[in-house]
Amino acid sequence: MAEEILRIENLHVSVEGTLILKGVNLTIHRGEIHAIMGRNGAGKSTLANVVMGHPAYVITEGSIFYKGQPLEELAVFERARAGMFLSFQYPAVIPGVQVGTFLKKSVTSVRDEAPKGRAFRKELTSAMEQLSMDKSFLSRYVNDGFSGGEKKRLEILQMLLLKPHLALLDETDSGLDIDALRIVAKGINEVAVDSACLIITHYQRLLDLVKPDYVHAMINGTIVQTGGPELALELEDRGYDWLDVTA
Amino acid sequence: MTDEAQDVIGDYRYGFHDPENSTIRFDQGLSEQVVRDISELKNEPEWMTDIRVKAYRHFVERVMPEWGNCDLLNKIDFESITYFLRSSNKTETSWDDVPDDIKNTFNRLGIPEAEQKWLGGVTAQYESEAVYHSIREDLEEQGVIFLDMDTGMKQFPEIIKKYFGTVIPYSDNKFSALNTAVWSGGSFLYIPKGISVEMPVQAYFRINAKNMGQFERTLIIADEGSSVHYVEGCTAPSYSTDSLHSAVVELIAMEGAKIRYSTVQNWSSNVYNLVTKRAVAHKNATIEWVDGNIGSKLTMKYPSVLLKGEGAHAEVISVAYAGEGQHQDTGAKVHHLASNTTSNIISKSISKKGGRSSYRGLLQVTPKSTGCRSKIVCDALILDDYSRSDTYPTMEIGNSTADLEHEASVSKVSSDQLFYLMSRGFTEDAAMGLIVNGFFEPFTRELPMEYALELNKLLELEMEGSIG
Repeated sequence: MAEEILRIENLHVSVEGTLILKGVNLTIHRGEIHAIMGRNGAGKSTLANVVMGHPAYVITEGSIFYKGQPLEELAVFERARAGMFLSFQYPAVIPGVQVGTFLKKSVTSVRDEAPKGRAFRKELTSAMEQLSMDKSFLSRYVNDGFSGGEKKRLEILQMLLLKPHLALLDETDSGLDIDALRIVAKGINEVAVDSACLIITHYQRLLDLVKPDYVHAMINGTIVQTGGPELALELEDRGYDWLDVTA
Repeated sequence: MTDEAQDVIGDYRYGFHDPENSTIRFDQGLSEQVVRDISELKNEPEWMTDIRVKAYRHFVERVMPEWGNCDLLNKIDFESITYFLRSSNKTETSWDDVPDDIKNTFNRLGIPEAEQKWLGGVTAQYESEAVYHSIREDLEEQGVIFLDMDTGMKQFPEIIKKYFGTVIPYSDNKFSALNTAVWSGGSFLYIPKGISVEMPVQAYFRINAKNMGQFERTLIIADEGSSVHYVEGCTAPSYSTDSLHSAVVELIAMEGAKIRYSTVQNWSSNVYNLVTKRAVAHKNATIEWVDGNIGSKLTMKYPSVLLKGEGAHAEVISVAYAGEGQHQDTGAKVHHLASNTTSNIISKSISKKGGRSSYRGLLQVTPKSTGCRSKIVCDALILDDYSRSDTYPTMEIGNSTADLEHEASVSKVSSDQLFYLMSRGFTEDAAMGLIVNGFFEPFTRELPMEYALELNKLLELEMEGSIG
């Protein structure tokens, strides 16, 4: 059996006093792709953010383990350095900080050593080519004035460079046209080969391009159904009402 | 983290001091006799002595400003200040001849190294006077004059007599009066017609003694169609008693000339920094003040431009960082005194750990000056709940043809920005440092690269331990 990367047990999470996650259980091994689907407000993004350690999300019950280690012991930056990565639904704008500077510093932090100049440039150029990103991206300010698609590409570029062991992709497909979606999917597939991958999405269309091993349906803060890729198709077709016991 | 960075965490890295060796040291305190003694010691012509004495009398009569930070201003004890201290008998042209202690200090500050790599000339002032001075031969051959002000007075008294105090009369304010009375050191820079000085020239001001008063006087004249970039830096040891730095800087840009004046002010937090800087821009001339204030206890400084000739342009980019116990009261003043003149003002400030930053600006367009354009952008970033930022803009617009834009913002670092950066491996402090560097980027990109890197490093260190 492949290495266990993420294990979530009976996770309850509240935001500003409101309980959002109500007992989530999920285990992901290296090389597996999991997709979580659900309506707006089901708790999907909360799950991604709490795993990465967003301070606004409070764990009230249950635990998260990364490679067997309880995550509450790790600060956000330590999670990143340990190989965790979150592709944000809404990446923050950092005015005045050039993408090139940001990437270099980020890679330096995560790898715990400054990448060699020439080797890094080569790596960067090749990753950018793969994502059809122009070199001019590097001198723009991080996410400042970026279109939705540009932001998502920058997220995937970071993922390619940081080579995470756990990739959390929060609605990475939203706002992308079909060409961009293909490019982004290619990036995800490349990383997914050797990492655990959790894809959060509303739509089936990304899952046509990135084949999930497991699909989970989330309703009202819990996973109510787990299946293979066929579940995604069924959800796309039938919606969520048939799974919603509270409806 | 490098060892070097480790050494300076939570500490002002230029706070070291040398033994106080002096060849001449005046007793503390100020009187007309002190003023006359300074002039006599420098063997000045009578007209300069007269201006000094008039200025001193004006200083005594003039009340303290009733704006800015009155509490701190009124705590200045003018009788505890040393007004003149000579630490070396000669201004040397070789670092080898500079006394060892002083030379080591400037080595630690990186001045000789910078000089070799990328500067066209250097003046290094230590206490009251320049201890070292040099200019590249090729510039000298082109007729560029770059001297410390005392030597300038000896060699070119006529030029100095013609321009001294014409941009900033001693009666301008209490501290311009004080400076005119007791000035010593500073730079005298003249660029002949049509000459472009490609490499920046630099002046570095170092205070070493306790309770020191440094009063340099700088005069820069760029003749028609010439251009120059002048850079100044300054530091001082950290003492528990206060020092006073009160400079006067006058710039004159003749028709079509361009002067850029860049400052990275990093005094220790026991220094009062009360400086008057003003420029005159004649027809089609450009003045650029690039003004960074990181250190000091209280800074009150508002680089000004008088746009006197048609088509003249002013650019003022300033940043201020106010940390614990600091008040940066800074800004810009632009006077549109002729038609079709333009100005651009960008001011950025950061307040942290109870520090206070204030933007104080004046934009004036006279009734007869038509077709003027100006844009002002003021952004303040506050890093915690107990620091402060204020804005005091004044506009006096004398006619309706002026095209004006004014934007102002006050913001805090968002938790989303911090979380985003930390999720990319940055510690909280490093994330804050990156955000702060980005905020100041419109300023740092205007500095010579070496300065920009240094400033970024400085700001990152300032962010160490800024959270929690």
